[in-house]
Amino acid sequence: MARMKFLCDAERCIECNGCVTACKNENEVPWGVNRRRVVTINDGVVGAEKSISVACMHCSDAPCMAVCPVDCFYRTADGVVLHDKDLCIGCGYCFYACPFGAPQFPQAGAFGLRGKMDKCTFCAGGPEADRSEAEFKKYGRNRLSEGKLPACAEMCSTKALLGGDGDVISDIYRERVGRRGNKGAEAWGWGSAYGQPPKGAGGAAPAAPAPGKS
Amino acid sequence: MKRLLLAAALIALGGCMEVEQTVSEKQIGQTVKRDTMPWNNEPLPNGPKWTKGDRNSWEEQIKTRQLAQNERSRGR
Repeated sequence: MARMKFLCDAERCIECNGCVTACKNENEVPWGVNRRRVVTINDGVVGAEKSISVACMHCSDAPCMAVCPVDCFYRTADGVVLHDKDLCIGCGYCFYACPFGAPQFPQAGAFGLRGKMDKCTFCAGGPEADRSEAEFKKYGRNRLSEGKLPACAEMCSTKALLGGDGDVISDIYRERVGRRGNKGAEAWGWGSAYGQPPKGAGGAAPAAPAPGKS
Repeated sequence: MKRLLLAAALIALGGCMEVEQTVSEKQIGQTVKRDTMPWNNEPLPNGPKWTKGDRNSWEEQIKTRQLAQNERSRGR
């Protein structure tokens, strides 16, 4: 079973925001909602500045799923964490639980009234019929049903952002790290998002855990 | 002895009082919708190709696409 994941190579990300733009355009994400964003740390510090593209990491043991009071989250056969907007009540628990700040809430009215949660779908749509208008309106484009990978990863010019089966992309990353002399071996978010593969699923272990890496 | 047995029975049966508060697997479909599988879709005319309904062929083509993200393997 594939476990669809993202992996961002902080050594390669040039903060071009191409992934953010690709996501916005592909899914027609409304103003105020950013399913993907680029976070820069040590901004302006020569040699220490790093940028990371962040969105839902489709955690193996997703905290959002655990805290949702209406249980609107589900996991697809490919390991993508999705949610049902018909069930979501916009309470915001998932926002507090998520270590990546992935859940987004559109402002739905006056006095800061929140709408239903919106987040990265790994370009896998939602529970509506695949490629239907309803699915596109609520969740965006379903590229997986077209046999494609998420637009952000496919758009990335430096291939800093990798998307796909955790084993496949970790192999690509491992080879890359080995070639550049172990630089950037700590894959950001790996430890908390990817966890251990389910028992009996096999698959390679992550390249390197990232304890305490910000 | 009788009291002890009664107490043990009460403790043992206490678990039966617990009310299910989560959406169980049985309820999926009524509450949480089941999603369709991507390989059950017809490939687009100008898009990647796989056999409709065949998970393996879909996974194979998406793996090829994933491996294309490795620019080092393209020249091999």
